[in-house]
Amino acid sequence: MPDTYDVAVVGAGPAGLAAAVESAAAGLGVVLIDAAGQPGGQYWRHYDENHARPDDRRGHHGWSTFTRLRERLDALTATGRIRYLPGHQVWLVTRDENGAFTLQLTPTTSTRVDGAEEAGLSRAETARALILCPGGYDRQLPIPGWDLPGVMAAGGAQALLKGHRTLAGRRAVVAGTGPFLLPVATGLARAGASLAAVVEANGTLGWLRDPVGAMSVPGKGVEALQYAALMARHRIPYRRGTVIREILGEGRVEAVRIARVDRVDGRLAGPEEEIAADLVALGWGFTPSLELPLMLGAETRRDVDGSLVVVVDDLQRSSVDGVYVAGEATGVGGAALAVAEGRLSAVALGVALRRTPESSRRAVVAVIGRLSREIRRGRRFAAAMHRAYPVPVAWTRWLSDSTLVCRCEEVSYGDLVRAHRDLGAEDPRTLKMLARPGMGWCQGRVCGFATAEISACLSRRETTAEDLRPLSTRSLAVPVTLGELAALADDLPGN
Amino acid sequence: MTADLVVVGAGVVGAAGAYFASLAGLRVVVVERGALAGGTSSAGEGNLLVSDKEAGPELDLALYSQRIWREDLGEHAGLWEFESKGGLVVAASEHGLASLRELTVHQRRYGVEVRDVARAELRDYEPHLSDGLAGAAFYPQDAQVQPMLVVAHLLRLAREAGALVRTRTEVVGFLRDGDRVTGVRTTGGDIPAGAVLNATGTWAGGVADLAGVHVPVLPRRGFILVTEPMPSRTIRHKVYAAEYVGDVASSDAALQTSPVVEGTGSGTILIGSSRERVGFDRTVSGKAIGTLAAKAIALFPMLREVRAMRTYLGFRPYCPDHLPVIGPDPRAPGLWHACGHEGAGIGLSAGTGKLIAQALAGDGPDLDLTPFAPDRFPEPEEALR
Amino acid sequence: MTYQMTFRGAAVPAEPGQSIGAALVAAGILDWRTTRKGGRPRGMFCGIGVCFDCLITVDGVPGLRACLVPAVDGMTLGDVGDTGGMEDGDAGHV
Ligand SMILES: Cc1cc2nc3c(=O)[nH]c(=O)nc-3n(C[C@H](O)[C@H](O)[C@H](O)COP(=O)(O)OP(=O)(O)OC[C@H]3O[C@@H](n4cnc5c(N)ncnc54)[C@H](O)[C@@H]3O)c2cc1C
Ligand SMILES: Cc1cc2nc3c(=O)[nH]c(=O)nc-3n(C[C@H](O)[C@H](O)[C@H](O)COP(=O)(O)OP(=O)(O)OC[C@H]3O[C@@H](n4cnc5c(N)ncnc54)[C@H](O)[C@@H]3O)c2cc1C
Ligand code: FES
Repeated sequence: MPDTYDVAVVGAGPAGLAAAVESAAAGLGVVLIDAAGQPGGQYWRHYDENHARPDDRRGHHGWSTFTRLRERLDALTATGRIRYLPGHQVWLVTRDENGAFTLQLTPTTSTRVDGAEEAGLSRAETARALILCPGGYDRQLPIPGWDLPGVMAAGGAQALLKGHRTLAGRRAVVAGTGPFLLPVATGLARAGASLAAVVEANGTLGWLRDPVGAMSVPGKGVEALQYAALMARHRIPYRRGTVIREILGEGRVEAVRIARVDRVDGRLAGPEEEIAADLVALGWGFTPSLELPLMLGAETRRDVDGSLVVVVDDLQRSSVDGVYVAGEATGVGGAALAVAEGRLSAVALGVALRRTPESSRRAVVAVIGRLSREIRRGRRFAAAMHRAYPVPVAWTRWLSDSTLVCRCEEVSYGDLVRAHRDLGAEDPRTLKMLARPGMGWCQGRVCGFATAEISACLSRRETTAEDLRPLSTRSLAVPVTLGELAALADDLPGN
Repeated sequence: MTADLVVVGAGVVGAAGAYFASLAGLRVVVVERGALAGGTSSAGEGNLLVSDKEAGPELDLALYSQRIWREDLGEHAGLWEFESKGGLVVAASEHGLASLRELTVHQRRYGVEVRDVARAELRDYEPHLSDGLAGAAFYPQDAQVQPMLVVAHLLRLAREAGALVRTRTEVVGFLRDGDRVTGVRTTGGDIPAGAVLNATGTWAGGVADLAGVHVPVLPRRGFILVTEPMPSRTIRHKVYAAEYVGDVASSDAALQTSPVVEGTGSGTILIGSSRERVGFDRTVSGKAIGTLAAKAIALFPMLREVRAMRTYLGFRPYCPDHLPVIGPDPRAPGLWHACGHEGAGIGLSAGTGKLIAQALAGDGPDLDLTPFAPDRFPEPEEALR
Repeated sequence: MTYQMTFRGAAVPAEPGQSIGAALVAAGILDWRTTRKGGRPRGMFCGIGVCFDCLITVDGVPGLRACLVPAVDGMTLGDVGDTGGMEDGDAGHV
């Protein structure tokens, strides 16, 4: 039986790093588990530190925040206050009769190929409380041709640059919606790609739709102006109110066909235009990773941006006793907000476990107050962004019968329509059972949002949290070998 | 709206009943509280097995159902991926093999086709089987279907024959005329009917209660593991260890796991399933899925490095004597039951639906329903006051 | 020092610290497996281990995510079963 930690923090992105160091600072015994090989999550993704170069930091924002968190993590790890387990994925979380959580772990990459020491690997950890900071990934809408090689998630194209110094193409189109398209485009341009266009589905520089919300985080305005300047410097065409109609190519991307979207009814309006490209980077906001909170039964809701997120109270507590959630999983809102939420969850947990000495109670209350205000501002800003860059309401009308929705199981929009119309699949779960979207390797991570929206649209109703849940729930958070599963039977007592 | 028959529950049993009754010319309304196939019919596997049944009424029903699947429903087999791949029951020890041979002697007598498979022939059947197994029995009749497609298509065909299907409508009571059941009360209004079929699977006891009759159906939980897609014919038949038959018939509440391992059309391998009585507990049991994996690896060592993509669970509807409840309820005339098919409801659904339709139409059913009579159970003891 | 890997017999260079997926993309190789049903090419998509599009066989170990596995000198990529090997199509069980 391994030691039981006070808290297991899952994820070492902005939220998880902050949560881990703050928990340890509050005197808690911490195990920090992260799938990635080094800390930083998506936002502070950087090249392998064993082979670092000074310019690896270029284009990184808030790097000093990362450096500070990183130094604290190293110090706390060195003194044994934090046990840091990079390269480990949590695949199952269960709870025993005393309320302690057991997290089953599997190495992110096979030890059979990367030569990693079997000895340094942990198979399971237990903890009295959890702070889940699993972040998220690019949200996708199916587009004809989106499975051609050379089409990538916007964040993926960026991850190749930031994490692997690799430019995914020479002539790029970045498309979808939201402010995140800008750092991706400027990052690619700075690395030497020619940017054929940024194709933004929404119209205005939409902060104007909620100026008060947009102004609630002043630093963000500055960041936006910087990107605008970079876009101008690299002469990147910014096509607003425009979407990719189709991605063209034989065996790989050769061009995209774009069209304007009618502002009122969201229909595509001609004339179409063809743009040559060998890289298409797509992003429609982000989808939070909810498999761990859902596995534990945490309550979820549909957020302003249409994503399923975990319901938390003003101390980052989920509906499940002892489970705190911070970062993108509580609502997509960016790294600064994630850091604040991570901190708050740790401080709150410290208080809950009575590890805060009487003498520092006042200080802690003040910290909680300050963080809560910061989080409220961050949420207002995020909501303003989501309202400015919504997924266009009429997007399902852009689909044709043959458009692939599920890339893994190769399920087309037509397959979904037929399962709905002929077989009576009225909800996403039934669609999944009858037509198989979300049944393949990724278990619905990529097509889940789209399938839920398509299902609701076919039944002529609004998408609800109920629609999103079945495709966000995963019984195993990541695939594991049957050998690892079999080992579980030996580890556990009785039934 | 008046129906000849209201079918409560759009699982595989309800769908089969609705289909055959519609074909027989009855006006059928199906009422389902959730989505079609939203109950146990989407939470199990699709094995149509004769191999796991000992001689008796369940085997008779299984053999009868085999005929219905292949004859009456044969023209639609492709719609639900019917595959007559056969089952291979393997014995690990000489002792186990001896009992298996004994079982097959009885089964043959009752019409089951069985081939004895010697140790040396095992690899011809399944190239990846473990070394050191003693022998096996091959059951060519064992087949499989995709259960959700069965439900959806049977209901579609029933609709084409005039049936109405009302999902998201829950039956909350019965219309009565004295003892007689004359229809259902639902969350979407009353539906008068000549007869009502309780096909609510694991929840059938509760629905029977609404009519004031006792039908003891209880949940028996099972987990299934689904692997990553594998090359086709990695595993060619339904393969399971001989101990499985004992587990199926057991009344023990404790966890039993003797998995059936089988490939599917989508490339995944299904490993299922455990059996334990823990009420309606939906939390994933590491012990159950771990034991399933271990036993599957014992049969097929190559599975050790194969990844599981997901696991799911369901609650088999079982009765204390492990037989389903099929037929009219003399305690509440007009009320019929087709429920409690435990771990074999997919396979038995075809025969059950056909027999119900025959009995409703007043024709003598092809099979004697007496062993499945709804009033065969003792009344529950009066609660102490 | 630059690592050398082989992909279907051809040499693919990699920088220490790069993933094998990144090295393949840098070498202009955009796809390394095909889908079971449609035989469609697949390579990198999400770039962060979420989509499983980039599955590859490395030194005989199948089904690894190329975007996550760090390149190692001398690796052999994608020989055995690099189609995923699955011929038959639709159908399904939950
Ligand atoms: C590819 C990508 C690139 C992005 N780039 C930018 C950018 O340039 N600028 C910007 O403003 N925003 C960017 N974002 C958004 C940004 O990720 C978030 O705002 C921020 O990183 C959120 O922090 P977080 O701590 O909530 O999650 P993340 O940073 O996503 O960190 C979550 C961590 O949890 C780990 N994890 C998840 N599940 C498990 C599990 N089961 N077991 C173990 N570990 C697990 C993940 O591997 C990850 O390391 C990007 C997002 C993505 C997906
Ligand atoms: C793990 C596992 C593996 C299995 N493997 C196999 C196998 O390989 N082969 C096989 O033959 N069988 C198998 N089974 C058994 C099989 O799944 C069941 O016997 C069968 O699905 C039962 O079907 P049903 O139609 O009776 O019940 P269900 O499919 O549960 O349908 C009953 C329906 O009634 C509805 N309902 C309930 N109450 C009401 C109400 N008040 N009003 C309206 N509707 C209501 C429910 O929502 C439900 O949809 C397995 C079961 C499990 C759990
Ligand atoms: S590119 Fe998506 S998992 Fe590797």
